[in-house]
Amino acid sequence: MKFFKIVFNGLKTENPTFVQLLGMCPTLAVTTSAINGVGMGLATTAVLIGTNMVISALKSIIPDKIRIPAYVVVIATIVTIVGLMMKVYVPELDKALGLFIPLIVVNCIILARAEAFASKNSVIHSMADGLGNGLGFAAALFLIGSIREILGAGSWFGMSLFGEAYQPALIMILPPGAFLLLGSLMAFFNFMGSKKSAKKEAK
Amino acid sequence: MNTTSLFVIFISGILVNNFVMSRFLGICPFVGVSKQVETAIGMGMAVTFVITLASILTYLVHYLLLVPLEIEYLQTIAFILVIAALVQFVEMVIQKSSPSLYKALGVYLPLITTNCAVLGVTIINIQESYNLIQTIVNGLSGALGFAFAIFLFAGIRERLELSNIPSVFKGFPIALITASLMSIAFLGFVGLV
Repeated sequence: MKFFKIVFNGLKTENPTFVQLLGMCPTLAVTTSAINGVGMGLATTAVLIGTNMVISALKSIIPDKIRIPAYVVVIATIVTIVGLMMKVYVPELDKALGLFIPLIVVNCIILARAEAFASKNSVIHSMADGLGNGLGFAAALFLIGSIREILGAGSWFGMSLFGEAYQPALIMILPPGAFLLLGSLMAFFNFMGSKKSAKKEAK
Repeated sequence: MNTTSLFVIFISGILVNNFVMSRFLGICPFVGVSKQVETAIGMGMAVTFVITLASILTYLVHYLLLVPLEIEYLQTIAFILVIAALVQFVEMVIQKSSPSLYKALGVYLPLITTNCAVLGVTIINIQESYNLIQTIVNGLSGALGFAFAIFLFAGIRERLELSNIPSVFKGFPIALITASLMSIAFLGFVGLV
């Protein structure tokens, strides 16, 4: 049962994007469309599950003093494997994400989960943590990508939504839109959070 | 190659393709270390130094080691190792030669390893197949662009501390919206090159 609890914890309670504020670069950069967001999220999930499991399995072998370089080597290896597989199976997505596939190596989520969770827990639980955090990241990217694509291009997963008459707000798929949307979403979640805690106090 | 193309790379690195504002590289230190102008300048200088050196070293590693051995697919692993070693080395040198600068940079020095701008620029250099001089210019200008953006941003954030902001926007949200407005301003440079 604990397996699902850990997954859910990463997905919602400790959402890497909105709660832990990790991995901002890919969150802002690749979310110009829903499909790119989901692709990046799933690629990161695959890497996270792999690194968490390997690091958890090796935790008794890796000496404490050189653990960060050791983790980085493990992460870079797994990112290379995932990157090569994407190049073969989903070449179009690989092209769209471009530079940000190798940059998964320096995504803070991966190193943070390795250090905070995988280095202390069993392989199965680390896998659950990787899955939960990865899916939480993917969900956040999907949300941001969807809103940006709908507002900025008037489409969703490439399907046109509003017909010819719709004037897309181009700014949303340009860099400023990414900052603006993420800032507004965080303010919105703060607002919902403060409402919830106010309700609790009233009771 | 002539001096004009170098100049174009330089201007495009600082203004048009600014790391932070249009390529989204190095966002973590950009929002993390930009609360005070002083630390922002320190961070900008350290990153400039590391990126310029890393550009040269990874160029040499790529063309003298990876290409002759035909193992270009190990690029990511090789580059991140070079960068990690370089940051460690820079840390030791600064610690010995100028303890005051070392103290000022503090914890930000080791964190440069996971700054995606460093790995990003080295990969861009190889992708664009720049030669050694273009690589150096691209690395230096990109890093100066990063320093420029983080310096401006820190200046605005110091002001924001004093202003009256709705409580739900306090902290991270307003910082991001500020970054958005700055990014719009940087969009104005697009027609430049």
